[in-house]
Amino acid sequence: MKKGSQSWVFNNNPIILASTAIGGPFEAKGALAKDFDVLHDDIWLGQDSFEKAEKKLLEQACEIVVQKGNIKNEDVDFFISGDLMNQIITSSFAARTLAIPFVGIFGACSSSMEGLALASLIVDSNSADYAIAAAATHNASVEKQFRYPTEYGGQKPPTAQWTVTGAGAALVASKGSGPRVTSATIGKVIDMGLTDPFNMGSAMAPAAVHTIETHFRDLNRDPSYYDLIATGDLGTVGQSIAAVLLAKDGFSIPTEKFKDCGLLIYRKDQPVFAGASGCACSATVTYGHFLNRMKKGELKKILVVATGALLSPMSYQQKESIPCIAHAVSIEI
Amino acid sequence: MMIKVLLAFLVGGGICVIGQIMMDVFKLTPAHTTSALVVVGAVLGGIGLYDPIVKFAGAGASVPISSFGNSLVKGALVEAQRDGLIGVLTGIFEVTSAGISAAIIFGFLAALVFKPRG
Amino acid sequence: MSSKKEKKLSAIQQEYQQFAKQREPKRPVLKNCLRAFIVGGAICAFGQILQTVFIKYFGFTEETAGNPATAVIIIISVLLTGLGVYDHIGQWAGAGTAIPVTGFANSIASAAIEHKTEGYVLGTGGNMFKLAGSVIVFGVFSAFVVTLIKMGITWIGVM
Repeated sequence: MKKGSQSWVFNNNPIILASTAIGGPFEAKGALAKDFDVLHDDIWLGQDSFEKAEKKLLEQACEIVVQKGNIKNEDVDFFISGDLMNQIITSSFAARTLAIPFVGIFGACSSSMEGLALASLIVDSNSADYAIAAAATHNASVEKQFRYPTEYGGQKPPTAQWTVTGAGAALVASKGSGPRVTSATIGKVIDMGLTDPFNMGSAMAPAAVHTIETHFRDLNRDPSYYDLIATGDLGTVGQSIAAVLLAKDGFSIPTEKFKDCGLLIYRKDQPVFAGASGCACSATVTYGHFLNRMKKGELKKILVVATGALLSPMSYQQKESIPCIAHAVSIEI
Repeated sequence: MMIKVLLAFLVGGGICVIGQIMMDVFKLTPAHTTSALVVVGAVLGGIGLYDPIVKFAGAGASVPISSFGNSLVKGALVEAQRDGLIGVLTGIFEVTSAGISAAIIFGFLAALVFKPRG
Repeated sequence: MSSKKEKKLSAIQQEYQQFAKQREPKRPVLKNCLRAFIVGGAICAFGQILQTVFIKYFGFTEETAGNPATAVIIIISVLLTGLGVYDHIGQWAGAGTAIPVTGFANSIASAAIEHKTEGYVLGTGGNMFKLAGSVIVFGVFSAFVVTLIKMGITWIGVM
């Protein structure tokens, strides 16, 4: 049901029946390694190309999430997935293997929550019994498409971010037990005219702030409602900007509650500049770490705000600025 | 000999610092920076100012990418003086052939042998 | 950014951009310049030693020794790129590896290796000059213009 200007409230309690996080070797050395179901030690995953490895990650995430939910592929009504590859081939080719009716989405790094919001809406409106929301990225395939060949010796600035190699999937169901998706706020595209693709945190922060504030206004809530509010991948630069902007608008969030997936996933000694990024960043941290904490009883109500920078290598070369978007989903247990 | 090596170190390092400033202060990409330095090398070569720097600093001036621009101009000028206008086209790659050919040949060999590490 | 572009932005955007710029971690310019100086200088010094070796032991002259020295540096750069070491050196050294011919070689080799998965013709062959192309294009074109101008001046002088 629509609430306010951009939000949905899910009154029929769509449940996250199962969820999974898959990662690569770099994530295996990270701070949240124990919240991953599978950690690969080979970035090629035994495939011929990085792009094929990314597909394998996503396929594996979906297979595992269906197993964990104790159902079969044929029981899943819809598969909603996005990634960063041109024409979202990772998701499309994974959908081919899974043979589940497929809705491909693109929200850049906000795809995880965009997918979860849509999957929850579909289940909540009795339009499906089971839906999978998933997202994946691979560090090398993203570098190859958006930036430079992986062996190129170009120097990255301190504002750059490290793309997560991994995939996250959530199985949303109309019945069962587990964390419930209670609401979602769909973001608007916000563009503050920033142009530096090596500093996406600054570009995405205004979008995150806009979505968070709209969520609070639409649902008549304030930061005290949630135990945790996490942005997707604003990184050190973007998150500190977002905190200041939110406080300025009267929505100050205490630092213990305000987290960023991109800052949680890796250790301080890993060379990731301003933090992690990629669709898999918010997906793996939410579907692994956060949901695990909820099941342990450490968190009761969380708001995950995945953030995306909607640029392409072409738009950057044509001197366009970076439009951004953020989608928020609230999960309660 | 040691003096020549020291001069190469100082001048070569200096040109790299100029490049670093272009990248960090003026926020140019490596492609923009190297392209700009090549053009500078070509212009200085045309004016006749690059060769004295090479005589002074040796590899300090011939290893940086700016010398590529200088070599292109020198090749073109030599052929143009000999054959007229068409020499501009026939002479451009004459001096730089070793560098470009080596980069292409060994780059391709590397693609045959190596896999990217990510 | 030119002021012409800035006028196209609204006041809110401009205000945010200035705010974001303040909070941006500053690049360690001095540290980067020092590293670039050391590594770039060392590569050129190495090139100088190579040239001397080629003159003394291989019969090259001062004018022609540059060619084999450049070729050796290129081969070493390509090897380091293939072994996966060059990108780490490049991150540390910045312009120190990007400006010498090592940067040129690395840009070609890294693109060639990366796009192997798209085949040798379209992948490696078609993408090899992705990064180095602009250097070659602008080098050649500027040499063309400079040569024409110089020839034009000489011609006018002769008249």
